[in-house]
Amino acid sequence: MSEFHEHIKVAIPALRRYARALTRDPETADDIVQDTLVRALRSEHLFHGGDTRAWLYTILTNLNRNRLRTLSRRPVLAPIKDSDAATGGPESGGRDITRALDELAEDQRSALLLVVLEGLTYREVAEIQGVPIGTIMSRLARARSQIKAYLDGERPPLRRVK
Amino acid sequence: MIDRDQIVGEDELNAYVDGELPADRRTVVEAWLDTHADDAARVAAWRQQAELIRARYGALADETPPQRFNIGRLTRRRYRALTAAIAATIAAFVVGGALGWTARGIEAAHPTDLTLFTSDALDAYRLYVVEVRHPVEVPGDQRPHLDQWLSKRVGSPLQAPNLDKIGLKLVGGRLLPGPTGPTAFFMYEAPSGERFTLYCGRTSDRDTALRYTRGEQNAAYYWVDGDLAYVLSGPPERDKLHEIAQAAYDQIDRRQTPAQQGG
Repeated sequence: MSEFHEHIKVAIPALRRYARALTRDPETADDIVQDTLVRALRSEHLFHGGDTRAWLYTILTNLNRNRLRTLSRRPVLAPIKDSDAATGGPESGGRDITRALDELAEDQRSALLLVVLEGLTYREVAEIQGVPIGTIMSRLARARSQIKAYLDGERPPLRRVK
Repeated sequence: MIDRDQIVGEDELNAYVDGELPADRRTVVEAWLDTHADDAARVAAWRQQAELIRARYGALADETPPQRFNIGRLTRRRYRALTAAIAATIAAFVVGGALGWTARGIEAAHPTDLTLFTSDALDAYRLYVVEVRHPVEVPGDQRPHLDQWLSKRVGSPLQAPNLDKIGLKLVGGRLLPGPTGPTAFFMYEAPSGERFTLYCGRTSDRDTALRYTRGEQNAAYYWVDGDLAYVLSGPPERDKLHEIAQAAYDQIDRRQTPAQQGG
């Protein structure tokens, strides 16, 4: 296995973790991870060294953003799922962290997860999202205060259309 | 230091929680938190949020990823997509010539979805019907998952037709590269062990009635319904194939109608 393939392989568990938290749906998450890997492998010639992991996070973040954009453009015929992951399992109905994440705007959720779950630096997250560090900081601040308000039981803002 | 330096704002509190502050500002923030209970409470709440997120999702990174993420498999799939593309290009000429009588000879110059889909579908049929252990990626007893997954990947709502009435059991399905993008592939099995496959991908062709194409060892019916092209492939027994294609066509045609809105 080439060094490039090895770097990708090592990153897969963390990518699945990030995708699961980002989408809150196991199947969608794994589909996105698979798309990410296929794209990365296909674009090996475009990768000029650097941090493979950050590059994979970038692909995944963009794929999910595109997915949400497509979803928002067309009515979705979503089958009713018996999976508990989207609703937070035993705590469903309560104010748990999964539901709190649901309430966030996509860019805020992605920034927060990359920092607290994936342990990336502000600079790395700024590169992944393609915005200045200041924007990342305000996304984090907004995400945190919104989650706090939600968990504290304040009335959540109108749910955004995803 | 002037007073202004001692004021700690929202951004700095966040940076403090995330370990992004230089040592001197960290000391300032810590002193600030000692005297500002509200901010100290917020910082504690943010730390707890991070803990909740890690507790909820962290364990997934310790799991061994399923086989679908095997790098070797994923690169082989790439290779297969490439060979399929080459095969489709060649088939456009070869099949275009061979099927001139069906296709009225236009296909060689401008391969249509009919020739591309049919030749790819027959390739896939030949490749997978002989598989004993791994004919499909998702077995037929997980039909809801199969339908949902393939609809998502193909980009159009689709369902594996239920052909129990004519004695065919759904073995399962898989995702394949096709002439226009991701393509769904369902396999059915008769009690005799004979297998038939239904290949289904997006097309811009107009609706067509069933079109029959016969190869040496196998044959296929092609039709278009809504934005999807279908190819039913099997052994070259025209009547049997027609019966199955008609049954699948009827079911899909009924279902497609309400699902075609929007886009």
